Amino acid sequence: MAKSALLKSSLAKKYWMAFTGLFLCLFLVGHLAGNLQLLASGAGARDQFNEYALFMTTNPAVRVLSIVTFASILFHVIDGIILTVNNRKARPQGYVSFKPATNSKWSSRNMGILGTVILAFIVIHLINFWGEMKFGGLDNTVYTTASGEEVKDLYTLTVKTFQDPEMGLVWAVIYLVAMIAIAFHLYHGFGSGFQSLGVNHPKYNNFIRKTGVAFAILVPLAFAIIPFYIYFVLEKI
Amino acid sequence: MGVLDSKVPQGPLAEKWVKHKNDINLVNPANKRNIDVIVVGTGLAGGSAAATLAELGYNVKTFCYQDSPRRAHSIAAQGGINAAKNYQGDGDSDYRLFYDTVKGGDYRAREANVYRLAEVSGNIIDQCVAQGVPFAREYGGLLDNRSFGGVLVSRTFYAKGQTGQQLLLGCYSAMNRQINRGKIKSYTRHEMLDVVIVDGKARGIIARNLVTGEIERHSAHAVVIASGGYGNVFFLSTNAMGSNATAAWKVHKKGAFFANPCFTQIHPTCIPVSGDHQSKLTLMSESLRNDGRIWVPKKLEDAQAIREGRLKPTELAEEDRDYYLERRYPAFGNLVPRDVASRAAKERCDAGFGVNKTGEAVYLDFSSAFMRYGKEAVATQKIENASEEKILELGKQVVEAKYGNLFQMYEKIVDENPYETPMKIYPAVHYTMGGLWVDYNLQTTVPGLFAAGEANFSDHGANRLGASALMQGLADGYFVLPYTMGDYLAADIRTGKIPTDSKEFDEAESRVREQLEKFINSKGTRSVDDFHKRLGKIMWNKVGMSRNAEGLKEAIEEIKALREEFWKDVKVPGGINEMNPELEKAGRVADFLELGELFAKDALHREESCGGHFREEYQTEEGEALRDDENFMYVAAWEFTGKPGDAILHKEELKYENIEVKTRSYK
Amino acid sequence: MNLTLKIWRQKDANAKGGIQTYQLGGVDPDMSFLEMLDVLNQELIEKGDEPVVFDHDCREGICGTCSLQINGEPHGPDRGITTCQLHMRMFKDGDTITIEPFRAAAFPVIKDLVVDRTSFERIQQAGGYISVNTSGNTQDANSIPVAKDKADAAFYAATCIGCGACVAACKNASAMLFTSAKVSQMALLPQGEVEATRRVLAMVEQMDKEGFGNCTNTGACEIECPKGISLENIARMNREYLKASVK
Repeated sequence: MAKSALLKSSLAKKYWMAFTGLFLCLFLVGHLAGNLQLLASGAGARDQFNEYALFMTTNPAVRVLSIVTFASILFHVIDGIILTVNNRKARPQGYVSFKPATNSKWSSRNMGILGTVILAFIVIHLINFWGEMKFGGLDNTVYTTASGEEVKDLYTLTVKTFQDPEMGLVWAVIYLVAMIAIAFHLYHGFGSGFQSLGVNHPKYNNFIRKTGVAFAILVPLAFAIIPFYIYFVLEKI
Repeated sequence: MGVLDSKVPQGPLAEKWVKHKNDINLVNPANKRNIDVIVVGTGLAGGSAAATLAELGYNVKTFCYQDSPRRAHSIAAQGGINAAKNYQGDGDSDYRLFYDTVKGGDYRAREANVYRLAEVSGNIIDQCVAQGVPFAREYGGLLDNRSFGGVLVSRTFYAKGQTGQQLLLGCYSAMNRQINRGKIKSYTRHEMLDVVIVDGKARGIIARNLVTGEIERHSAHAVVIASGGYGNVFFLSTNAMGSNATAAWKVHKKGAFFANPCFTQIHPTCIPVSGDHQSKLTLMSESLRNDGRIWVPKKLEDAQAIREGRLKPTELAEEDRDYYLERRYPAFGNLVPRDVASRAAKERCDAGFGVNKTGEAVYLDFSSAFMRYGKEAVATQKIENASEEKILELGKQVVEAKYGNLFQMYEKIVDENPYETPMKIYPAVHYTMGGLWVDYNLQTTVPGLFAAGEANFSDHGANRLGASALMQGLADGYFVLPYTMGDYLAADIRTGKIPTDSKEFDEAESRVREQLEKFINSKGTRSVDDFHKRLGKIMWNKVGMSRNAEGLKEAIEEIKALREEFWKDVKVPGGINEMNPELEKAGRVADFLELGELFAKDALHREESCGGHFREEYQTEEGEALRDDENFMYVAAWEFTGKPGDAILHKEELKYENIEVKTRSYK
Repeated sequence: MNLTLKIWRQKDANAKGGIQTYQLGGVDPDMSFLEMLDVLNQELIEKGDEPVVFDHDCREGICGTCSLQINGEPHGPDRGITTCQLHMRMFKDGDTITIEPFRAAAFPVIKDLVVDRTSFERIQQAGGYISVNTSGNTQDANSIPVAKDKADAAFYAATCIGCGACVAACKNASAMLFTSAKVSQMALLPQGEVEATRRVLAMVEQMDKEGFGNCTNTGACEIECPKGISLENIARMNREYLKASVK
């Protein structure tokens, strides 16, 4: 019984959702730390960022982490879909009048929609950068690493994308919308994850809640600033 | 004495039960598997009986009209449950609980039964705690107690204002354990409509599935009636809307004697009636009388000004208030027994001192409790020079912790904040001490038919003390029936399954069908509720808190006439083979219309005042109840002979060998 | 007060139901919501129509029988109460009130506004008890002290009246609040701790079988619960279950 309990039960689905979700929160922090380097200017900025990118793509530990991250996203999505389907089935006949706004927050009821927006964004984001880096054509600029190896220049790719005179601002706005979705997703998801894992104690609830709100605002905000910074502030390349 | 044999065992009072348990027959575990028992009603008495009998190995079927056993009306009991644990070291003992109960019941209960009740009371608490009932505790981790009306010790265990729900959930969890084991089959949304008697023994019931309307036959070797009291004969009472006397009344009509129907408890602290639309009355726990003081204005003109809204109760000076219970009963004050408190409220309101629009309400005031607790809190929190507001605020917090849910309930219903202005209360029908006559084994006059809890008449005499109903229900179910039924069932180990295709079942079923069809085919003009309300009015006005011969005679005639009209003019919509609450109500009201008459007849015959039965002709100069022990120290058990008015009286004389019979005084 | 009532009518479990509209006058603000329905039913009976069937019993907010989704919320717009404690003073003259049964796959409609909540019973039967005999041969009630805060927490969990408002309010029709209240009450007491593992596994398994939805922590249940059962209980159940499943 105990085995299937951790795989099939309703609660297990919550645990996995929470576990993968909270892991992805950590991932966001890591990702943001890298992105913030884009705010640097001057000659060293390009080198610093590209060296970082190289480290992130070649270090075996990081590779493992990235696989775990992809798996987490996949699991989070699949689990979310299964839950949504089950939850729909639990109320086949709906209400004529239903006023959930009186008793719950919008974000908590629309995690699926928010998640879908985020997923769409992830696809776009991966095509923009990961796809370009992996499968992009020869017109990508080349960066020569400290050890003399030639790799694709992610820094230039990024900056050029957001400085594109036609598409740059459009991309920035798309990224902004996605970050708003992430913010709302986190606003509910962060605390919800702890609750699902059973972490709820009158002494610490307030701390978790406040941390969650801060996280949901600050992290997406920092992400969202970068494209606009590149478009409006960073010197053109 | 003739027909009635109470079967009280010989020997000294304190040894009777132990000796009896040693003497009675047992059924061996293998044989118990072949014996079926039906339990009707799943409140504290029925639920606990079902759980214990199933645990012993009998095959049990339970029936309740609710959609879950947990919703039986025991759930609504608020204040607590008594037990002679003497945890407070205030001199409590089995004997004292026994004494208080017999005295509180105005010496109209059977000594041996009451002593047994006191004897097992401690066990109930042990049992409930083991089951996970979350009683209130002190900081040391031990159980807390409080005090209730009519006693001088603290022996009441409680779980805030919902002791009944917690005890019933405990009992229901014990049932669930047996349901999970397959030993109890729980039939919910089922109503028993008749008992089946085969060769003079109760052998089954006819029940209606309230969802499909199907009429079902269920057989068993014994039947337990634990279907509660008949307070709804008054239409307005603190009972649940569905509480009914049908099971008890049907078995009465099949031979079980009905005892002391006129002993009905009017609870002093209920929320007053607000208008004609009122469907039921809400009780405010008696525990409130621990801290609330009851009063009305001293002057008639003040009362009038309050009724007309010209004066607020909070504006009335202390010396203009009449704390009439404290004045009349200095020893017990606000904690006099229920019958005394109710009558005193009625007396003041009849004299014109009532404080709401209808003139039927008195105040229950917590302002002195706020101050008292506030001062205590100030002292323990070491606050110096606390302002009056601070004291009041802290005091309110203490009261909120104790009775918060009751105060909230009051505010929701009345739309007045009881922290700011005193509560208004008035007596309402609450509990019926009378019920099916049972012997020491809780067996009725029909062999194999047992009655437990409020459905029987046994332990409370003419008045029940607060927090004793829960005690009696659980005592009957957990600790009495499992033994005494074994004694009866020991003779049935070779009987085998009772067939349901016998002519007795045929007859019972066809009679049930006949009545249902009569309702559906009656093309009358008035709804069931209409008749029920009119019956309630007759009962309340003429057979209520105080009664006199003339009124009772009128009531009997009026009820008879109303019954005839009912059968001619009732209108029941819908059909039989479907969910049909109007049809359910019709059957219940039909029975109330008969029971009400017997009720009045019993009240008329009992020419004395005792406990909840107050005859205006029999009172002292001070207006206290005047008992007539010489002529009425008996249980009046009525035998049905065709019509409620023709019932034959059988007397079970009451003997008090261990207690001195005195005039009850709470002064 | 004059009201327009839009009420779900459904002949039986298999019939297709629908909303019917009724006009009702002469409603007193001091009436309870159910007394208002009583008045409507008396009118319907007089007219020769079938009265609206709804569940109710104690009418003092403790038995948990009454249900009703009123204007989109279980037990109506007031908080901390059941439908029977809802009073008409919460509404205004001329209001339109929509009254529907609680909706969930695990709460099928029986008739009109009455639903079958026996799924709750089966969850409790699966393990919502402490396996002690009722013979009375237990130890003295005071032999195991229980810390007051634990006893109080167990009590608050035990105040659940099993009405199903949590399920009705939840967008997923989840029964987590109900189940967790039952799990918590016993897990918090030393008497119930002994078989906590078995209990939580069995009760959750049954809850899943009944077809309730999952919890997405919207918190609607806690807000709509007439007894204010806390979400803390769900977290406790999550914890207990996690502990039990890795054991």
